[in-house]
Amino acid sequence: MIVAEQKPLAEIAENIMEAQKVLVVGCGGCVTVCLSGGQKEVDILATSLRILRKKEGKPIDTATETLERQCDKEYVDKLAEKIQAADCVVSLACGVGVQYLSERYPDKCVVPAQNTKFIGGTTEHGVWEERCGLCGECILARTGGICPIIRCSKSILNGPCGGSQDGKCEVNPDVPCAWTLIYEKLKRQGREDAIYEVFPVKDWSKSRDGGPRKYVREDVLL
Amino acid sequence: MSEPAKQDGEFTTESKLERLFARGEFVVTSEIGPQKGASAESVIHHTEQSKAYCDGFNITDNQSAVVRLSSIAAAVHIMRHGGNPVIQMTCRDRNRIAIQSDLLGAYSLGVRDVLCLSGDHQSFGNHPTARNVFDIDSIQLIALVKMMRDERRLLCGDELKTEPRFYIGAVESPTGDPVELRVMRLAKKVRAGAQFIQTQAVFDVEKFAAWMDLVRNSGLDQRVNIMAGVIPVKSVRALRYMKDNVAGISVPDELVDRMANAENPQEEGKTIAVELIAQLRRIAGVKGIHIMPVGWEDVLPEIVTRAGLQLRPVAD
Repeated sequence: MIVAEQKPLAEIAENIMEAQKVLVVGCGGCVTVCLSGGQKEVDILATSLRILRKKEGKPIDTATETLERQCDKEYVDKLAEKIQAADCVVSLACGVGVQYLSERYPDKCVVPAQNTKFIGGTTEHGVWEERCGLCGECILARTGGICPIIRCSKSILNGPCGGSQDGKCEVNPDVPCAWTLIYEKLKRQGREDAIYEVFPVKDWSKSRDGGPRKYVREDVLL
Repeated sequence: MSEPAKQDGEFTTESKLERLFARGEFVVTSEIGPQKGASAESVIHHTEQSKAYCDGFNITDNQSAVVRLSSIAAAVHIMRHGGNPVIQMTCRDRNRIAIQSDLLGAYSLGVRDVLCLSGDHQSFGNHPTARNVFDIDSIQLIALVKMMRDERRLLCGDELKTEPRFYIGAVESPTGDPVELRVMRLAKKVRAGAQFIQTQAVFDVEKFAAWMDLVRNSGLDQRVNIMAGVIPVKSVRALRYMKDNVAGISVPDELVDRMANAENPQEEGKTIAVELIAQLRRIAGVKGIHIMPVGWEDVLPEIVTRAGLQLRPVAD
């Protein structure tokens, strides 16, 4: 899932500027799972904004809504009426949701309430870790199911680098060295000779370096 | 059609280091970290002072991700003052386009030796918020230099009118865990085209010797010229810092105690360096020493002299 972290209240408040009617919109997708942008967080944020503005002597009205997903036009359309009544919209979705709202309702100011961070998973309650670099060309079959693109700080395809020590990354001793993990996993599976394979230079054009990506499935087009 | 690059008999390049290794000389290289500034004054000073005591000066490429005078620019200053430069090329700051362009430029300026490495992560340097590159990794870089030289082609396949005939170096961290993975990685570097290896600094000779056993068992010492790294230390504080903070460096406790109890730590540091060189030299498969003074460049002539290596051979 996409992992996002809510921005500080002061920053959100600053971005809604002088708005008096604020619509706070959550998303039922990833940000609900990672506990930063679902209905509960929407309610807390709306209340916090009201209290803050009241203290500043500039009270506001808030309305709330949590869409099934903000990255889907079908759901975003459902907001039309509520948005009409708002001066400003605060989105608790990832950056995609914010842009979808903004595109659908171009006359309204849509303010992001989150910093969208990475694609990851929950390792324990309250802890999320990055697992995928969205590089567009998955090599996990050859690396023991551990992604060196995102889990190695230098994205090394033929690691480990000289900075790895005691199985830890040079950047942070709390971060395991991806290539030590890969080596140990391959060894466990009796495939450690795969380490000798030299990975050729990567085609980054399939990643973000190729510009914004688009994926079309002809077979499901209507 | 591209022709084989070998033109000087057995040699792949015009590198002085390659000739010295081929003759069986025990090669000594040193390292210069260029200064933070638009002047080559310190590079020139160290070149003048030490050129008679080593066969090559390795010039760091923004070491520890701290911005300094460029490695290639420093190399030109070293050559102008009679030294033999080995440029460092890291993958941190350049994509494959910049790397190939810089390699062509360096060769055109007279540089004949290149050390290929990933580069320290930018989070350690003076621009920790920088965007890094790491478009290719160090093994891919080694293969790229070899491809440019031996196939006279760029990575994209385009033919080069003039190929850069570099002698290719790489680094390895012999005391990094797991040690067998380090040997496997050395094998990959050699297969990719590395011709000489400069190791991370060795303080734990026993651990290094165990790594060299594995290296010899896999026959790698016959395929690549291995130079053991030595860092002279000025103080117990510096030694402890390396023990605790520098990846790939293992420092035995007795060495720390020895420095801690020394009346004159600087003298003791020099003596330890001289002793380490003597011990490393005796290990089968070690073909040279790479001295990294890290800010204490002035000490090089004395250490080399005391190690009995002051008479440097002349390349043909």
